[in-house]
Parts: sequence; structure tokens; C-alpha cells
Amino acid sequence: MKHTISILLENRFGAFDRVANLFSGKGFNLHSITIGETEIKDVMRMTIVTSGNDQIIDQVLKQLNRLIDTLKVIDLSEHERTERELALISVNYQKGTLEELKNISDIFRGKIVDINNKSIMIEITGPPAKINAAVNVLMPYGIKEMARTGTVALKRGEQINALKEDVGGE
Amino acid sequence: MSSSPKMYEGAEILFECLRRENVEYIFGIPGGATIQIYEKLYDINFLKHILTRHEQGATHAADGYARASGKVGVVLVTSGPGATNTVTGIATAYMDSSPIVVFTGQVPTNLIGNDAFQEADIIGITRPITKHSFLVRDVNDLAASVRKAFYIARTGRPGPVVVDLPKNVISAVTSLQYPEKVEVRGYKPNFEGHINQIKKAAKAIAQAKRPLLYVGGGVIMSGASPQLRAFAIENNLPVTMTLQGLGAFPGTSELSLGMLGMHGMYWANQAINHCDVLVALGARFDDRVTGKLETFAPDAFKIHVDIDPSCIDKNVEVDVPIVGDVGKVLTELRKAMPHKPDTEAWWKQIRAWQKECPLTYDMSDGKLRTQFILERLSEKTKGDAVIVSDVGQHQMFIAQYYKFTNPRSLLSSGGLGTMGFSVPAALGASFAVNDRPVISISGDGGFAMNIQEMLTARYYKRPIKFIVINNSYLGMVRQWQELFYNERYSFTDLTGANPDFHKVVQSMGIKSFVTSRIDEVDGILDAMLDYNDGPVFAEFRVIKEEMVFPMVPAGASVSDMILDRLNPERMV
Repeated sequence: MKHTISILLENRFGAFDRVANLFSGKGFNLHSITIGETEIKDVMRMTIVTSGNDQIIDQVLKQLNRLIDTLKVIDLSEHERTERELALISVNYQKGTLEELKNISDIFRGKIVDINNKSIMIEITGPPAKINAAVNVLMPYGIKEMARTGTVALKRGEQINALKEDVGGE
Repeated sequence: MSSSPKMYEGAEILFECLRRENVEYIFGIPGGATIQIYEKLYDINFLKHILTRHEQGATHAADGYARASGKVGVVLVTSGPGATNTVTGIATAYMDSSPIVVFTGQVPTNLIGNDAFQEADIIGITRPITKHSFLVRDVNDLAASVRKAFYIARTGRPGPVVVDLPKNVISAVTSLQYPEKVEVRGYKPNFEGHINQIKKAAKAIAQAKRPLLYVGGGVIMSGASPQLRAFAIENNLPVTMTLQGLGAFPGTSELSLGMLGMHGMYWANQAINHCDVLVALGARFDDRVTGKLETFAPDAFKIHVDIDPSCIDKNVEVDVPIVGDVGKVLTELRKAMPHKPDTEAWWKQIRAWQKECPLTYDMSDGKLRTQFILERLSEKTKGDAVIVSDVGQHQMFIAQYYKFTNPRSLLSSGGLGTMGFSVPAALGASFAVNDRPVISISGDGGFAMNIQEMLTARYYKRPIKFIVINNSYLGMVRQWQELFYNERYSFTDLTGANPDFHKVVQSMGIKSFVTSRIDEVDGILDAMLDYNDGPVFAEFRVIKEEMVFPMVPAGASVSDMILDRLNPERMV
């Protein structure tokens, strides 16, 4: 089963490497990894999608917690959460298929962000499952290139100050 | 008007930090990137620098010092090859949770990544084998980084920390800002065990019919031997120990079952198989202990006390996990015991196992054997020497035949299994121990791997007893080849490859003995124990073909134990 794990991490030399290294060193699965700034100075949020049985996930969480630079580790799979991913997908078009592609993009609430005489680029945001669905529908048209950000996620309904209290940030 | 603050160089700040950490010894070798540190060191009196002959030796020496003293061992090496030579030593310390801080020189920050002369990404190289590491890129961060390095190395589950020091940071100047408090917000080791969990454990132990304490190195690191002794004696509990746990409980006690696991005692492994409540104390269910996991303590209610939460449920799922310092948990556990368990029938069973298959060896062919030497040594030193073992057959014989009576008495590379550990680790330990003999015991294979540190021992006149058990084989691999690989001795025979160790050591100016005779062992051991004017060496030439028994083949159940070579079919 896939698990989405959210990590608050010191924004410090080598901190990201330590997390990534853990996954290769311990042989854990890594489906996606994202990192970005948070509202707290010097704290980054990393979102990792991993998979494994309960025992492996238990170890993933414990090993992540054990790293000195991790401030908080939450398995979001145990919580109400919002997950989003952004994809940029370049698709080939021919005479007659451009309208179809526009319709598909609309159905997925996507945006066409670039076009030339051979391909269009569609931007789609949503839960990973929605991106997968869009990719499946677009596949027959010929996907030229694709970039996906990987999942970012937050727990829903979290109290506004909980985060700052947890890590003692300013 | 305030006067301008006094300015300090990075190297001076480093030594001020070491002074405040009460560092007594640094093990190291100078080089280009650290020359400025050595320039300051020349005038330093509050600590002693021990010049080893190889950086691996320096790292094992610091590790040996840490294991013998419980204090943090300190290493100082240069960049590039100096740093990479420490890698095996760091990995050794990491696997056995030994607190060391390794200072590595580094090329100036503007050259990092340039493939500069003697540059190596030591932070990257050591990332998987350190508890934490610091690259100090600004002299203003130096004091805080060093402070954190020592704090992280020695607290919680201890481990090695690397501090990488670029050359320009060492020579940069700043006003000293020594942080009075050390605060690492992502690191809060939990010392107190959860009281409800402790009560649950106490109840289970009190009701047990066949309880067993399974003790690991964590008990020694925590300094929890007195609490363990009190708890075991009060409740009449059998105690079995891992290799790293030996000494945590006296091997001479009636309650001690000795070591368990691959080369453990028959009765200890039987007790594991049959116990109904297993209490793991500062132990990590290593594969050399458990064998096949599915058959390890199959019927037992399992209680696991460890300071590292990631150790719990890692290999074996337990019923009552207790995260905390094992000494504190044992103190609470003693208070929480509602009554003593009734272990009379259980002890009867254990005594029967002990009679059924005692630990024996046969020397009727008149040829010298390791077991005999160790029995004699154990008796002569009353189990109270500091034995620094290398890795292999002799290491297992030590675990079986030397009756350790005190903690911090067996220093051995258990987790990584590093051959070449003993000589430098004994060197380091000798600086921490002055009331007991320090005895290094190696095989002929491992001895040659760090033989250069004999020179260091002689130079600093360390009163270390160096023993080499020479069977002219890489004996443990040979044993596996004989038992499991159709006696095909692929590259394990060192006959012809070995030097005359006696002469090599003599050429270093070290007093030396050699024998292959049973009747000379006592005399040589006595002479070694009496000699305190520096190192002394003895080579014991033992029978080549001896094997370590009992043995649980790798990955097998502990019930598939091979009891002796004469009849390998005779399984439990």
C-alpha cells in the first residue's frame, strides 16, 4: 500500500541527502519526493510517497525520525489530507485532434500553456490519480514529453498554530 | 565604550571546544589540510595527541578508548586519503554504537567540488555510517557544531559523528562565541520508559514460568550493570548475553547462561527456544543471535527495552516495547514487580541442558588449542582483564571461554566484524584503563591487517599484552569451507604467506614469545601479565583444523545447532 509521508526538515547542508540516502541504504521504495519551503524560517517540508507492508512503513517512519535533521514525521495516510500534483504534458496533435485535446484538457480542468505547429502543452493539477487518468487518456495521441512534480500533501483541518508549536519555530 | 572583543583563529576555537569537552586524548596523523590545527596543537598541554601510523588505526584506537571508558573518542586526520582511511573505523563504531567524533581536514571552501589535491567528499562518503555529520563552512558555526557533535555522539544511542573542517575555516578568525547550552531541535532522545509499559512488563515477568533475560551491549553503554544484577538476582532470572553484552552480567554467576546465538551455548539457545517471557535489554535481535527469525523464541511473550525506537519491531515483533534508557527502565521495573516469578522448574530444565551438552574440547592429541589458552587466561586474570578481540574463530572462543566479570571488559567488533580491529583498539583502550591489564587477541589474518599500530604501542610504551593465535588460516572462513563448501579451501591458507611474527615484532623492539607447546602456555601468560614496561607479545601456534562449536548455521533455526565436528550429524 502507498503511504504519503510528510517531513519537516532543517534547511541545512546535507539534510535532503540524508533522507534520500536512507531510502537507498535501507532499500525502501520511493515513488516520489518533493521538497519546498514552509512558512517557518529554515524549515523545509518534504513529501514522500513510499510503499510497503506495515512493518516496513513502521521502519520508514522510525528511521526518518532517527535522523537528526528531521523535526517532524507524519504518515498522512492515517489522516484526512489533501494531495496535489502538477503535470506538464506535451502532446502531439494533427489536423482534427486539436479540438479533442482541448476538450480533454477542459474535462481535467487543465490549461493549455504552449502550442506550436506539432504539439500542445497541457498543465494539469490534481490528486495523483487524476493525473494518471489524464495521462491514460492522452497516451493514444502521443505524449512527447511529460514532467510531474510528485505529490505534495497537507493534513486537513490542522490547527493554525500546531505546526509552529511542534517545531518551536519563530 | 567597550573594547573590541578578542579574536580567535578557527584552530584555537577547536581546541577551546575540546578543552571544554574534557578531551584527554586525540588519535591522529597530520597532513596538509590540518597543518594549521597541528601548529596550534604543538603548544597544547591539556590533552595528548597520539600519533598513530595509519588513520584506520587512529579511528579504531579512538573507538577502543570510547568502549573502554564510556567517554567520546576523538580522531583528527587530514583531508582526502586521511579522511577515507577512517571509513572502516567509522563503520565499525557505527555498527556497535560507539561514541567517536572524527575531525577531518578539508580543502578550502572555494575549492570544494574542484577535484582539488587531497579532496574527498567525506561527508557524502560517510553519510550512511555516521549518526550525524557537520561540514563547517563558516568559522562562526565552528563552536556550535563541535558542541553538537559531542552531544550527539554520546547521548541516546551513541554513534560516530564526522566534523569536516575546510582549511580556510580553520585559519579564519572570529570572536569566540561558545554556546553555553546545546540545543538540537530535531534530536530529543527519550530516557524515561513509559510507566504503563513497564508495569505491563513487570506483570508478565512475575507471571512467567520460563522467563529469560536477553542482554545486549546497550546495558553496558547505559552503565546499567548494577541494575541488571540486582533485578536478575532478586527475581532469580536466567541471563543470556550477546557478544556485545558479555560483561554486563558476571559470567561466573550461577544465573549466567553465557552467550547465545550462532556460536552460543547449547543451553542458552535451548532457553531461547523454550522461554515463555523473553526480556530483551539493549539488544537488537541481530541475525547472528536469532538465526531463522520465525523459529526464534516462538512461544515467548516478548518485552524489548531499547533507547532507539527504530530497533523495536525491526526484526522481531514484540508485545511490550519500552523506549528508554535501560538503566532507568530496570530501576522502575524492579519497583513495579508485584512478586517474584516461580522459576524453580525452569532452572531444573536449564541445569539439565547444561549437563546434557557442556562446552568441551578435546586436547588428547597433545596439540595446542585456543580454548585452552583462553581458559588459562580467564583463570589467571579472574575474568577481569580488558580483552580486545579481533574477528573470527578466536573471537568466538573468547566469548565462550573467557568468563567476563565486569562491563567494558570485552571490546570487539561485533556488528561490522572488522578484522584488524584488535591491535589499534587495544592501543586506544590502554589510555582509558590503568587498573586492569589490556589484552589484545588476534588471529594471524587480522593481526597483519593493522600490525603497524604495534609501533605506536611501542613508541608510547603502552603496557598492552598482544596475543596472536596463529593457525595459518583465515580460520572462520576455513571452517565454513570445511562444513558447507566441500572442504574446498579457496584462498584461506596463509601458510607461506605469513611472516615469522615473533621476529617481526622483535624487530620493532617489543618483547616477544612464541610457542606451540601446551606446557609453555602458563609460563608465557604469567610472564606477559608480569611485564609492564611497555607492550609484550606472544604468538601461540595452534592446531590448524580446530573449529568453533556449537554452531548454528547461518539462517538456520537455533534448534539446528551443530554440536561437534566428530559427529556433525548430531543435531539437537
